[in-house]
Amino acid sequence: MQVSNTRQIKQLQFGELFFRKGLALSALLLGIILLSIFITILVASLPSIKAIGISFFYGKTWNPVENDFGGLPFLIGTLVTSILALIISVPFSISVGLFLGEYFTKGFLSVFFKNSIELLAAIPSVIYGFVGMFILVPFVRDLETSLSLPPYGVGIFTASIILSIMIIPYSVSLIRQVIMLVPSSLKEAAYSLGATRYEVIKNIIIPYTRSGIGAGILLSLGRALGETMAVTMLIGNSQILPTNIFAPSNTMASVIANEFTEATGDVYLSALIEMGLFLFVVTTIINVIGRQIIKRFSID
Amino acid sequence: MERGIQIRKYKNIVLKTGVVLFTVIVTLPLLLVLLYIFKRGISAISWDFLANLPKPVGETGGGIFNALIGSAIIIGIAALIAIPFGVSIGVYLSEFRKTKLAYWTLLSVDVLQGIPSIVIGIVIYLWIVKTMGSFSALSGSIALSLMMLPSIIKSTEETLKLIPDSLKEASLSLGVPYYRTILKVILPAGISGILSGVMLGIARIAGETAPLLFTAFGNPFTNTNILKPMASLPLVIFNYAISPYDEWHELAWGAAFLLILFILLLNTLTKLAEKKWRVQF
Amino acid sequence: MESTILKSENFSAWFGENQVLKKINIEIPRNNIVAVMGPSGCGKTTFIRCVNRMHELTNDTHVEGTIFYTKNDIYKMDPIILRRFIGMVFQRPNPFPTMSIYQNVIAGYTLNGASLRKPEKDELVEDSLKKAALWDEVKDMLHRKGTFLSGGQQQRLCIARALAMKPEILLLDEPTSALDPISTAKIEELLFDLKKNYTLLIVTHNMQQAGRVSDKTAFFYLGELIEYNDTKEIFTNPKNEKTQNYITGRFG
Ligand SMILES: Nc1ncnc2c1ncn2[C@@H]1O[C@H](COP(=O)(O)OP(=O)(O)OP(=O)(O)O)[C@@H](O)[C@H]1O
Ligand SMILES: [Mg+2]
Repeated sequence: MQVSNTRQIKQLQFGELFFRKGLALSALLLGIILLSIFITILVASLPSIKAIGISFFYGKTWNPVENDFGGLPFLIGTLVTSILALIISVPFSISVGLFLGEYFTKGFLSVFFKNSIELLAAIPSVIYGFVGMFILVPFVRDLETSLSLPPYGVGIFTASIILSIMIIPYSVSLIRQVIMLVPSSLKEAAYSLGATRYEVIKNIIIPYTRSGIGAGILLSLGRALGETMAVTMLIGNSQILPTNIFAPSNTMASVIANEFTEATGDVYLSALIEMGLFLFVVTTIINVIGRQIIKRFSID
Repeated sequence: MERGIQIRKYKNIVLKTGVVLFTVIVTLPLLLVLLYIFKRGISAISWDFLANLPKPVGETGGGIFNALIGSAIIIGIAALIAIPFGVSIGVYLSEFRKTKLAYWTLLSVDVLQGIPSIVIGIVIYLWIVKTMGSFSALSGSIALSLMMLPSIIKSTEETLKLIPDSLKEASLSLGVPYYRTILKVILPAGISGILSGVMLGIARIAGETAPLLFTAFGNPFTNTNILKPMASLPLVIFNYAISPYDEWHELAWGAAFLLILFILLLNTLTKLAEKKWRVQF
Repeated sequence: MESTILKSENFSAWFGENQVLKKINIEIPRNNIVAVMGPSGCGKTTFIRCVNRMHELTNDTHVEGTIFYTKNDIYKMDPIILRRFIGMVFQRPNPFPTMSIYQNVIAGYTLNGASLRKPEKDELVEDSLKKAALWDEVKDMLHRKGTFLSGGQQQRLCIARALAMKPEILLLDEPTSALDPISTAKIEELLFDLKKNYTLLIVTHNMQQAGRVSDKTAFFYLGELIEYNDTKEIFTNPKNEKTQNYITGRFG
């Protein structure tokens, strides 16, 4: 099967070059898209940054009609909701990580729970929100009544619970990975000295995986900060600075979801985009740091 | 001594019990969500539900035909954009592992994966909806294609990395050009992994709502023009769920049931694809 | 009258800074079997991978000097074209896992986008498998996957695949090192038959094998071609002390 004529050879060489360049180009394009995303939201935030300035972060009133764009209630709402979700999720994430990474690494139980956790991650946010409205909200309302709080049902607490369920799968998969990376020689050395499993976990596994587990939790915080739909449906959408964890509130993501299509006026829209910029920057930093820790951990 | 051992054994048992208990608790929400959706959803499903449009408030019945068509179109176009793009980036990453571009691209994939979906929605709104002057299914598809890229890129890269170099050399030594070697030897050998990445990507975007709020927007009527606003299952669920009307909640439960069914199906297919089409080297 | 089909001139090759071939000058006559021998790491594989320009596929490599295929400088030819004249069989059998035996044999054509008619394909498959002495063993299961075969059969399938391209030269890199003695014997027999139509360059660690099958032997040591002569001469009357040491087993 021989090719001799020069035109065919030229064609082959062209195809070859074209293909390689095409692959590199597609990779380059991804970087360009990412950069453009950043530049786009940065530029679109400028009107708001100019008009509102730093008071965007400490202003307590959000009243677009009066041109008041204080983002503090949403900043607080976002932080409290996410951190509460994180606090709820951590004991569960570490337990499931140990379950899948140490106690049951093979066999039916392992497969069953691993698949269940994966499915937990596969359920869309909007469905968590929907089911939450019908199951969790009445429950929280009863709880609030018995605590003699205003029985809203919706609020930071409700959103945090759903949020914690949604972020557990992410931290579990990372925590499980790092736990499985603990060298078995280390564990065996401890067992051979008569250590119990509890002692091996406490003295070998946890210290060894501390940074990896931290990174897993950090990355799940990144998820929580930007999570939109379920939170929007359960947090109560209040513009007022929350006073306790049962109060209705808003996160940055839920404000954007609620008000973006109705935002009239350049500064208003731009202020919403600035919240997007803030979310983008914070989650990107969290992501890069978290991944870096995990990467370093896997190489060691 | 005796007591010390007793205490140690006791701690050991307590920890294990705790771990098992917590793990079981974590899976309860899954069970609860699935059961609840099935219970409320099944009764909503009927031929009318699948073939009709939503009825105005106050009338019972009606369906979500518009959303089914819309979701199919939006997801289909998103996949058409994301698959070739994602696979070629994955090929680049596995073929040119050590380059600077590969390093930055991998970082970009991680960053893209972490961007909140609502932010993607904003950006696509600014890029496309604002430029074209109208919400459109196309803009929704583009937003979703960005969201499914990471899973396609990662699964392609990870699958191809595992394919032995000897296979590529076998092809090149037969005088097969590089591009044909990649397209006809390497990609078919990695097909199971790539397909499962694609299906996981589709499962992920099928329920995405936030990026569609300001792009595809939703539409109470059946629309197949991708330059116009279009309905989709997650949007219907959201809009009807937050409405105060029981009839609309009913529609939302039905839609949620279908969406969950679709996602479960894709997840199962993914597991099957990983087994069934795996190529033995 | 023997004509030279392959000839290298002051040929050197590098991996990064590491020079692994040093000014190799060698002439390979047509229709001969030439064995390439030498201790591990001396550059045998690198040399034959330079002949069909597979060496340059590794990142950060370069070469100096040149190699002529007949009258053509291979570095002025397109590597894709060159590789169709010079086939290669690897140390480990590497049939295409997604293809049947039949498809494997004609893979060089289908992958290159050539359209053959069914009878042409059938003939090519039968002919190539017969040349590779595999036809009788697989003729009833041509449509099973190539990876189902035993290691020795897979290696002969790879030889058939290379032969189907009708090359002039066949490069073999320790083609029997991963195989059992019976498969090895079969392949050695096969090489002998192939000599009539092809020129073979075979890398081997096994001195008996070199002695049994080759016409000429090249002895490499630390990237240099130490001695190159008729196989009989090399084994009975080596000129160089290093060659002598090697064939008498004084170093490995
Ligand atoms: N991919 C590579 N990158 C860097 N150096 C390499 C690479 N492959 C081979 N080398 C180096 O080149 C030298 C020659 O290797 P080569 O594979 O040609 O030896 P060989 O004679 O075939 O050895 P063997 O008998 O073990 O197969 C060795 O020193 C080796 O370390
Ligand atoms: Mg070698």
